[in-house]
Amino acid sequence: MTERKGPILFRPYTAFSGMRKAFEMGNAKVLATVKDAGLRGRGGAGFPTAMKWKFALDDISKDHQDYSKDRFIICNADEGEPGTFKDRVLLEEQLGLLLEGMLIAGYTIRASTGIIFLRGEYNYMWDQIKGTILRWRAEGMLGENLDGKGFDFDIHIRMGAGAYVCGEETALIESMEGYRGEPRNRPPFPVNAGFNKRPTVVNNVETLCQLPHILNEGADWFKKIGTEESTGSKLLSISGDCSKPGVYEVPFGVTIQAVLELAGAVGIKAVQVGGASGICLSAHEFDRTICFEDVPTGGSIIIFNTTRNMREVLVNFLGFFMEESCGQCTPCRYGTECLLDGILQLSRGECSDEYLSELLDLSDSMAIASKCGLGQSVANPFRSIIERFRGEIYHG
Amino acid sequence: MGNLSNFESSRIPSSHLQQQIDATGKADVEIAINGKKLTVPYGTSILNATRLVGVKIPTLCSHDDLCVVGVCRLCLVEVEGQKTLQAACAYPITASINIRTHTTKVRKARRHVLDLMLRNHYGECYACRRNHKCQLQDRAKEHGVDFFRFGHIKEKRFEEDLSSYAVVRDPDKCVLCYRCVRTCIDMQEVGVLEFINRGFETQVSTFMNKPLAEVICVNCGQCINRCPTGALRANDPSDKVWRAIEDPEKHVIMQTAPAPRACIGEEFGLEAGHSLTRELNTAIRMIGFDQVFDTNFAADLTIMEESAELLTRLKDALVEGKDIPLPMITSCSPGWVKFCEHFYPDQLDHLSTCKSPQQMFGALLKTYYAEKSGINPANIVTVALMPCSAKKFECNRPEMQDSGHKDVDYGLTTREMAQMIKECGIHLPDLDREDFDHPLGLGSGAGLIFGATGGVMEAAIRTAYEIVTGREVPFEGLNVTPVRGMEGIREASILIENPVEEWKFLAGVELKVAIAHGTANAKKIMELVKAGKADYHFIEIMACPGGCLGGGGAPIPTNDEIRRKRAEALYKEDASLEVRKSHENAEIDQIYEEFLGEPLGERSHRLLHTHYTPRGKRIGD
Repeated sequence: MTERKGPILFRPYTAFSGMRKAFEMGNAKVLATVKDAGLRGRGGAGFPTAMKWKFALDDISKDHQDYSKDRFIICNADEGEPGTFKDRVLLEEQLGLLLEGMLIAGYTIRASTGIIFLRGEYNYMWDQIKGTILRWRAEGMLGENLDGKGFDFDIHIRMGAGAYVCGEETALIESMEGYRGEPRNRPPFPVNAGFNKRPTVVNNVETLCQLPHILNEGADWFKKIGTEESTGSKLLSISGDCSKPGVYEVPFGVTIQAVLELAGAVGIKAVQVGGASGICLSAHEFDRTICFEDVPTGGSIIIFNTTRNMREVLVNFLGFFMEESCGQCTPCRYGTECLLDGILQLSRGECSDEYLSELLDLSDSMAIASKCGLGQSVANPFRSIIERFRGEIYHG
Repeated sequence: MGNLSNFESSRIPSSHLQQQIDATGKADVEIAINGKKLTVPYGTSILNATRLVGVKIPTLCSHDDLCVVGVCRLCLVEVEGQKTLQAACAYPITASINIRTHTTKVRKARRHVLDLMLRNHYGECYACRRNHKCQLQDRAKEHGVDFFRFGHIKEKRFEEDLSSYAVVRDPDKCVLCYRCVRTCIDMQEVGVLEFINRGFETQVSTFMNKPLAEVICVNCGQCINRCPTGALRANDPSDKVWRAIEDPEKHVIMQTAPAPRACIGEEFGLEAGHSLTRELNTAIRMIGFDQVFDTNFAADLTIMEESAELLTRLKDALVEGKDIPLPMITSCSPGWVKFCEHFYPDQLDHLSTCKSPQQMFGALLKTYYAEKSGINPANIVTVALMPCSAKKFECNRPEMQDSGHKDVDYGLTTREMAQMIKECGIHLPDLDREDFDHPLGLGSGAGLIFGATGGVMEAAIRTAYEIVTGREVPFEGLNVTPVRGMEGIREASILIENPVEEWKFLAGVELKVAIAHGTANAKKIMELVKAGKADYHFIEIMACPGGCLGGGGAPIPTNDEIRRKRAEALYKEDASLEVRKSHENAEIDQIYEEFLGEPLGERSHRLLHTHYTPRGKRIGD
């Protein structure tokens, strides 16, 4: 295993080759290849990419004036999960791969518009991204009739404004439409009624960057990397108590222990996998593997050594959720505050064992009652940290 | 079975919160609810489907008048195969699914949601206007809440906003159900209320967090009618009314509008649609008011003035060729007037210069009545019972002092009146029926139907047509049915044939009218007016859906069915009256003879007509 430059995303690559390959194959074959490759969304939830595309492609029930102008491919570059910074590296170093990935996705679902929803804090990249888009347009890589058969495609950038919840795809779309970033009810899903109520596919930066390679090298090549249900590689953003923090590309199925060794981490008592909304693992579980079958992650790995107080970690996460909840649904808006308040009571010695059980119960309810993934995932750190570090939670 | 999907219930599909389900050409879906099989139309919400099997799922953010948001998370149900619970109100059925409505998981989650709301809901029920009329309280009771599982907030977090004459906001009681926001943005298209801040700090507020009096609130109070808790209420002047009643110096006069009389029974447990007009007279006297008059009298007066104004405008335009603003638009609804001042400040000359019946009445009470009864107008206190919160603002307009005093001292809503009656230990429906005081106590059926959308138009047509042709309107039983109904915008026309000599120029003219209720519909009409594309002669606009009977001061709850029943009550009462045309009201003849002279005469002009303020949308800068 090599450091950082892993098996897929940073391998040598000829510009525009994936896109040309796609035009050669035609969109049905591209879809079949991506499906065969088993590509799943890299944002954390792991939804099969080809299935999402198929839903959008199949949505022809609306009275579309112009079929392709009425559908969108959105690149979710609102990387906001605490401890995640891998998309930033892709945006800075592999922008061509991303744009090409968007083009391939757009070609497949017959969309003529791609939009990059860029995290507010990444506004310093605007010039670079915009410049590349303009150059591509000038070179005829974006614009009209790209495949010689009438496929038009262009890419635009929209800026996020710093809300964590806008990483959730329907909140992202609300934000793009100019409203408060609040998740929508589903169904209907964005693939049927997304941006401007039109079929919309939202893919993560990393997902899109995989596409040119999959087309070039083939599904079989891709499937050889990773595990059965989690094919390919994953970018990890490793931070915390280690000597070599940074972004690493690893094949799916790698153990936590291997990741710790990679990052030069010793004397570790806990690893938070998947950021604030992920779960916390303790030392005896470091043989568990990073993949959708076992421990999924959008990329964030936060390492805690024995000097860290896990109650403080939990308080930090809960404070984050309390602030970043969009505030529209009751369990998330009030639940996050209630959990945090409970832990603070605990630290003052004012919280009983019974009340802590009530709070654990509450977190379970939040997981099934909240409107979107944000509220639903608060239980992950809450339950996993309390269960594994009960002593620390009680006594500090 | 009809359309069971309330996903299209929003009048204006502009809401970003609303997701439409396209059900055209889709077959019905077979589902199971708690094991019971049934078939529902594609796109039916789970909430509506469960009603078919006799299950009433608890809701809070859902409201029949509003689009779906699915934020309170009380109506959660289990859908087999889904990892998370689903909000029944926001889940359109598009596939065959098994639904469970009260599993342990569901009940526990609902209870937790309630517990969280109660933790953050400041105040005690018995110190709240909405005690016994609160949906949060209802839900707590249904769920057997007998302790605060997660504690209960002890300190106020927010300040009450008491700046507005019409609407008071108490954010500490807000459960953030989005109803007021949807009402203001989607239903009324005013857009004063929105969510601000994020996460736990989220609250409902105005742009730049300004007080209500300093934003473009039109005071319609529709938000109050839809608030499930006590977070929104009307600005209640009843303490001042009580003081006046107890002051021996003061001569306190009540005028009652038609809509409150048709609705107030609901506050005493009656079904919607029972008028208690004369029982109310008895109650008002029992409370201690000195006189009780009928606002319908002033409504008749409005019709006399407004018909004359319309005909004069028509004459000026059609005969004299003057550049007269047409269509003329009614000005009875103070919510609509303020809406027009904010949103269409350059179109104000379309508004009739007639004051609303409330304000005409006030001006007459402190002039004509004072003179006639020999009471110093400074000692007269005039109170108006209205279905309306905007009336509170209207009576405080600086220009409404043509009598030399504040023409109308206080506006009471139907709810506040009911409160005063209850405080006296009176059960309204049990009372004997008493007549109004006279003069100024006779109102025609035409004045009465002012309370329903289309009513002013119908009353005006009954009078104007007869003035012009010398004949009664050509409708059976005087019922001008084309202008009735609950459609948001309605159009009608009436051909003028064989007019009397004075109005010969109108021969063969097709008089075109339109009616709109709810400010969102007003906006649609006004865009036409602004573009010069509205070829109507006369338009009636009411700020509230359904007209006054759906007013912001009307009993809570409100929905389409309730509004229809209230309208039926008004039309039924109109049909039962002897005098049904404003110009046949003998007391109207009397006041013109004794005091006013003639419609649009000098005194009328001074006391009964007004002007408007182009306010625009930028305020206070």
